Amino acid sequence: MTEIIQYIQSYLGSDQTPGVAGNMFWALVYIMLVFAGLSVAVIAMNWLERKILAHMQVRLGPMRVGPHGLLQPIADAIKLLLKEDIMPAEADGFVFWVAPFIVVLAAFTVFVVVPFGPTHAITDMNIGILFMLGVSSLSVLGIVMAGWASNSHYPLIGALRSSAQMVSYEVAMGLAVVSAVLMTSLNAEGTGTLSMIGIVQAQQAQGEWFIFKFFPLGLIAFFIFAVAMVAETNRAPFDLAEAESELTAGFHTEYSGFRWSLFFLAEYSAMIAVSSIAVTLWLGGWLRPFPNLLHNATWDLVFSLFPGVTFLLFAAMCFYNAVRMPKHPLFRIQTIGLAGFGAVLGLIGLLLFVPAVSLRVQDVFWFAAKVAGFMYLYIWYRGTFPRYRFDQLMQMGWKVLLPMGLGVLILTASVALLQQRIWHP
Amino acid sequence: MTDRNSSLSPLDLETPEKPFLDANELVINMGPQHPATHGVLRVILRLDGEKVLGLECVIGYLHRGVEKIGEHRTYTMFNPYVDRMDYVAAVSNGLGYCETVEKLLNVEAPPRAQHVRVILTELNRIASHQLWLGTHALDIGAITPLFYTFRDREEILKIYEKYCGARLTTHAFRIGGLQYETYNGFEKEVKNFLDFFRPKIDEYEELLTTNRIWVERTKNIGVISGKDCIALGVTGPVLRASGVKWDLRRAQPYANYKDFDFDIPTGQNGDTYDRYLVRMAEMRQSVRIIQQAVDALPEGPIMAKVPKVMKPAAGEVYHSIEAPKGELGYFIVSDGSTQPYRVRVRPPSFVNLQALDVMCRGQLVADVIAVIGTLDIVLGEVDR
Repeated sequence: MTEIIQYIQSYLGSDQTPGVAGNMFWALVYIMLVFAGLSVAVIAMNWLERKILAHMQVRLGPMRVGPHGLLQPIADAIKLLLKEDIMPAEADGFVFWVAPFIVVLAAFTVFVVVPFGPTHAITDMNIGILFMLGVSSLSVLGIVMAGWASNSHYPLIGALRSSAQMVSYEVAMGLAVVSAVLMTSLNAEGTGTLSMIGIVQAQQAQGEWFIFKFFPLGLIAFFIFAVAMVAETNRAPFDLAEAESELTAGFHTEYSGFRWSLFFLAEYSAMIAVSSIAVTLWLGGWLRPFPNLLHNATWDLVFSLFPGVTFLLFAAMCFYNAVRMPKHPLFRIQTIGLAGFGAVLGLIGLLLFVPAVSLRVQDVFWFAAKVAGFMYLYIWYRGTFPRYRFDQLMQMGWKVLLPMGLGVLILTASVALLQQRIWHP
Repeated sequence: MTDRNSSLSPLDLETPEKPFLDANELVINMGPQHPATHGVLRVILRLDGEKVLGLECVIGYLHRGVEKIGEHRTYTMFNPYVDRMDYVAAVSNGLGYCETVEKLLNVEAPPRAQHVRVILTELNRIASHQLWLGTHALDIGAITPLFYTFRDREEILKIYEKYCGARLTTHAFRIGGLQYETYNGFEKEVKNFLDFFRPKIDEYEELLTTNRIWVERTKNIGVISGKDCIALGVTGPVLRASGVKWDLRRAQPYANYKDFDFDIPTGQNGDTYDRYLVRMAEMRQSVRIIQQAVDALPEGPIMAKVPKVMKPAAGEVYHSIEAPKGELGYFIVSDGSTQPYRVRVRPPSFVNLQALDVMCRGQLVADVIAVIGTLDIVLGEVDR
């Protein structure tokens, strides 16, 4: 026992930054934090998607379970866990069983290298972005396995579509990523990096988010990635693999209960994962907006107030809606619950004004805010766009995005070379 | 999912050139429980990968024997049954039946009744097209238009509810006119609806008409030429989108459609996009007709003189109207008794559905869904 405490203490006292490889203790703490945070994010995302989509479609969305349906995701989770777990008699048992785990594993493992802040990461690999792309594309394996093992036609077609789609978008995605990685080498030493933390630090050093770098080259690369990532996660308008109106539910048609919820979990976590790649590569990761333009002490103070203010706004929303609740005894518990939820959010908001706290969570806040923006985009797409057809999707991947990606890559390399050799020899 | 126990003939589709290894063919059973077959339509698809080599429709899952029931009911008693055929356009069904029996009895509804009939039928056309638009867009993956159209359709249903108490299967008309006089404020409410609805059509179009994905998904999909349409007996917006200007409201005016000024929208290519545009334009034309009808609503009686016990002289009659989905015809044979000897319905959905195979061959699975949506079938009417 004392050995363990000494072991932990040896890390606590060390000057190794948390998250950096080698600091096992902090890595474990971060694994737990990230896993818990991710689960909460998926639950929140479930509720938000239904709510936002509902409001886009002139309806209310969940309203019954908890105030404004806040407890709906929990009710859903309980329902899914209690459901009968059906395995088709003709299914390939082992593959059917293992497929959802592969998908979930791939979706969660990528968070090992996501930098929520300069020191907030489970670990920092020197091949971070490569690791992320590699592991996230493993999920296609699980999807193909699920479709194949179901031994049914709709899942099979869904799996085929999904694999073709993910494979073809991976290429364009990779090219866009490479052009961002190229930009990291624009420093005095001319050394680029694949490390996720290094990429953000390069943006910090160059005083520019890569989305604005070599305008419009960075923007185009970002656009390619933004399209490819929607296709990669099988979301509308590229949700062919689970096209509800065509293939009933695509590759997970035969799955039910807990196994199905694993696919669901993986989908949302993959969405967060690819969004965090986009944020890291082009939107400056944990950096606050305008790091190079507004960087005196006053602005630092203003931006450090953002996390607290955001939570206070959420709290205010809760209180406003608690006041608007019907004044009927039946709604008393809901009203109190909503006000209590608002009070918790408000307390968190107030806590975030404490300089010592706000200094430490600022990075995470900006990162989460940017990812949340992407999540909203995902929901917005779903509310707006019809679904692409399979061949049109492939056509866009190979004939539009791939040449575009190649062009952007070549242009970025040329401009970078010109800048280093001619303008700043 | 080949259906081994089915007594159906094996798919008698023309065999394509046999490849060396015929391992690519897949027979898929779409329906009768499927999210996109608009009811209980069963489509057996033969696929090469995702390409449709041929398909066969299996119908009859919603057969209720409406025509047979007609032989055992009096002319008045059979009236509500026709509402259950095309339940999203129940008023049109009722109009067709009532007019056919009126033709058999040689009576004509008074002008006020005619006007109210036109108003309600055109409102029904809008409601039917709204339902088509919502579900069609949903099939293609746009989920939002469905909620917009249902929100606006509700206003029409409210007018029906106030007029006759029912929202869906309205039984709004009686043989010889109307049973109910319009309620107080009927005209005002209809006018309010028209003012409310005009910008809504623009709202639907804003979401879809110029949407790149929508255009790509519908242009050149399910193309059918005007010639094929006529050969297959296809009518309604599907026929008009193929460039044939045929609308029974103009070609064989019934009710008092000849008093109203309206255009017949047509398309050129006969593809899904054109059918979409034609139906959108038809909603605008319906608004025009209702506006004219409600502005010139005459006073007067609402029922013609019809005997309490109807005993039409022995004979037969065919009368057809332009229902939202195409030509809806009734063929009634009378033997001089109180009950029809035979009632035969020519439902537009049933006839239009046979074009599905022609329209889908060589397309992809996703297009089959789009084409089923664009045909605007209602299985209650297909099976009767």
